[in-house]
Amino acid sequence: MKKTLRYTTIGLAGIAGLAFAASAQAVELNVVSWGGAYTASQLKAYHQPYMAANPDVQLNSLDYSGGLAEVRAQAEAGNVTWDLVDVVVADAIRGCDEGLFMELDHNAMLEAAPDGTPPMEDFLEGTVSDCFVPQIIYSFAFAYRTDAFKGEQPKTMADVFDLEKFPGKRTLQRSPVNNLEWALIADGVPVNEVYDVLDTPEGIERAFAKLDTIKSEVIWWTEGAVPAQLLADGEVVFGNGYNGRLFSAIEEEKQPLAMIWDGQVLDIDGWAVPADGKNIDEVLKFMRFATDTQRLADQAKYISYGPARKSSLPLVSTHAELGIDMEPHMPTKYAELGFLTNFQWWADNRDELNERFEAWLQQ
Amino acid sequence: MAEAASDPRDVMRTADGTPLKVSIARALRRNRLMALGLIAPLFLFILFSFLIPIVDMSLRSIDNSVVPDNLPRTVEALADWDGENLPPESAFAALAEDLRDGRESREIGKVATRLNYEISGMRGTVMGTSRRVDRIIESGAFKEGLIDANEDWGKPETWLLLKRLSSPYTFGYYLNSLDLRFDPQGAVEAQPEFRRIYVDLFIRTLWMSLLITGLTILLGYPIAHLMATMPLRYSNLLMILVLLPFWTSLLVRTTAWIVMLQSEGVVNSVLVWIGILSDDGRLELIHNKVGTIVAMTHILLPFMVLPLYSVMKTIPPSYMRAARSLGANQFTAFVRIYMPQTVAGIGAGSILVFILAIGYYITPALVGGTSGTLISNQIAYHMQSSLNWGLAAALGVILLGLVIGLYFTYNRLVGVDKMKLG
Repeated sequence: MKKTLRYTTIGLAGIAGLAFAASAQAVELNVVSWGGAYTASQLKAYHQPYMAANPDVQLNSLDYSGGLAEVRAQAEAGNVTWDLVDVVVADAIRGCDEGLFMELDHNAMLEAAPDGTPPMEDFLEGTVSDCFVPQIIYSFAFAYRTDAFKGEQPKTMADVFDLEKFPGKRTLQRSPVNNLEWALIADGVPVNEVYDVLDTPEGIERAFAKLDTIKSEVIWWTEGAVPAQLLADGEVVFGNGYNGRLFSAIEEEKQPLAMIWDGQVLDIDGWAVPADGKNIDEVLKFMRFATDTQRLADQAKYISYGPARKSSLPLVSTHAELGIDMEPHMPTKYAELGFLTNFQWWADNRDELNERFEAWLQQ
Repeated sequence: MAEAASDPRDVMRTADGTPLKVSIARALRRNRLMALGLIAPLFLFILFSFLIPIVDMSLRSIDNSVVPDNLPRTVEALADWDGENLPPESAFAALAEDLRDGRESREIGKVATRLNYEISGMRGTVMGTSRRVDRIIESGAFKEGLIDANEDWGKPETWLLLKRLSSPYTFGYYLNSLDLRFDPQGAVEAQPEFRRIYVDLFIRTLWMSLLITGLTILLGYPIAHLMATMPLRYSNLLMILVLLPFWTSLLVRTTAWIVMLQSEGVVNSVLVWIGILSDDGRLELIHNKVGTIVAMTHILLPFMVLPLYSVMKTIPPSYMRAARSLGANQFTAFVRIYMPQTVAGIGAGSILVFILAIGYYITPALVGGTSGTLISNQIAYHMQSSLNWGLAAALGVILLGLVIGLYFTYNRLVGVDKMKLG
């Protein structure tokens, strides 16, 4: 009996060893992203062509819900299993500060534009940072129900905050980020002065005071799928959300919604490489491929987020399944109506303002 | 046998000649080792996956090593400073060198993040200065150079903060969890009103958990009683009805409640349809505490019903019949004979429901709005978004302390030995 057990164990160990040796020949990379339609667009535009061209590389797509908790836990445990992470720029900066992501040499590590423009100049201005390669520009914008108001339809941020002209519930993200900026814009602050005003105690008071005027009519969301759902159910008449999700509610599900691009907050999403990963060389090769001009343009076929390279913009074509022209749905087309969120300002002020925002919510 | 009995000094021996006592002890020891071997996997599992992580996480609530580890020279230079005006030039020089080293080792960001918890804007001050520190060191004018790089270095509060954070341990996170803070001189004071959130959330978490526990008793008791007294084939059907939601994903159940309760949802629409509500007067049943209470009561109900059922099943029906035959009416018999025997089940169910409720966060996040979210939602925020694990740990330890405190009170009042988990 004991002998049988021993032989079985040795046998199993041998098989496991063989399996391990076989898998060691192929490189496995764990690429982490947000899941849903977004990951699907990456799989089609990046992963599948890359694996077809490099049969020895196996890309595992994992989902997460944002934040740096897992990356930090892996770094602290000394066992980094994620090779590449799709992060928002705010997390990239925080992770870079903490040494969780490796610093990149963009010009050396990334592909130049087809006309030879170096990557640092080809990516849209202000989008690249030390540990971060931008992929897409997305925006937080408002949508409204087109059947909610007779006569005049809302067009501006001030309309969103106007309960008299446009009564009804609104849904906003439960976070001080963006809401304070919008409150100021609705209160008449020009888009390019928002952060100057916000940088003073009076500016913050003013933003909260403006938010007070709609507080009773707001449903606060925390999960990105919620605003489109609330709008579709008729629970709210205005909702702010990721423009890609609103796009699929409008164009794919044919909900009676329309976008308000005024005051949209542009944000950037892209790749960061966890420091001390096990396959840095391989992952950099993949990242070089996935962020070249053609690949970024390809992604826009599957989701309405704008590519972060200037050279990709002219290549954006029609939606792969719906066949509609994607250009009018790109937040970058309406860039002058909105503004780029100020990551550094928020990195400095987020901790305090979050407590203040939560306390304000409870009042 | 006869020999052993004839010589009292001779001990009893087993067949192979070892004394019986030794042999028994050996057998017992073998049994104990085997028992230990059997529980070892569970014990090690709990040790490594539960106890060690909890202790490690709890220690973070007082850990402040990031400052003394990364600013060693500054900490030393500030040790003798009296806290009046600005520290001497040597402290500025020490800070400049620490910032340079921190920038090279890429550890300075951790210090910046830590200081930013205390004074907003310190992250930018530290990171910005560390980028320019090489030039300051070259110039040799440390004080001038640092204040020129960022005027925060010219404020005594900044230096008082560094001095206060010199120790590898801090109670700052606990103060923060209780809506208190250190003033620049190091005395404890209340947070300004617009930053007070945690105490209210703790209180809300406690009363809502107690309310949910009470509601599950009210709703669960009749169901459990019905199941325990019905013929088996009906009670099995009821049991399946209790268990079906239990087997359904938490998110599905929560989303189902959104569909039911939202203002265009099933409940409101039915009430409008039968004319109880007007179309403009739809009730707000979700995205507030009503939503949290309804959804959580439903989700936690099986944890009350199952222990109650298992206790009620063991109560012989003859007790009630005896009480009736001795003259008690149905009500008296139920209250005085039946109910006291179910206390064990109520206790077990209450503890289960209460402890689960106090740590719930997905359901409140989805249906709670602003008035129905709990302290666990803040803990999750600090774990995942703000990465302020020290504060998350302090909040968690306080919550754990509250639960343990309530458990001991419960033990004194009811007695844990009376609890029966099924």
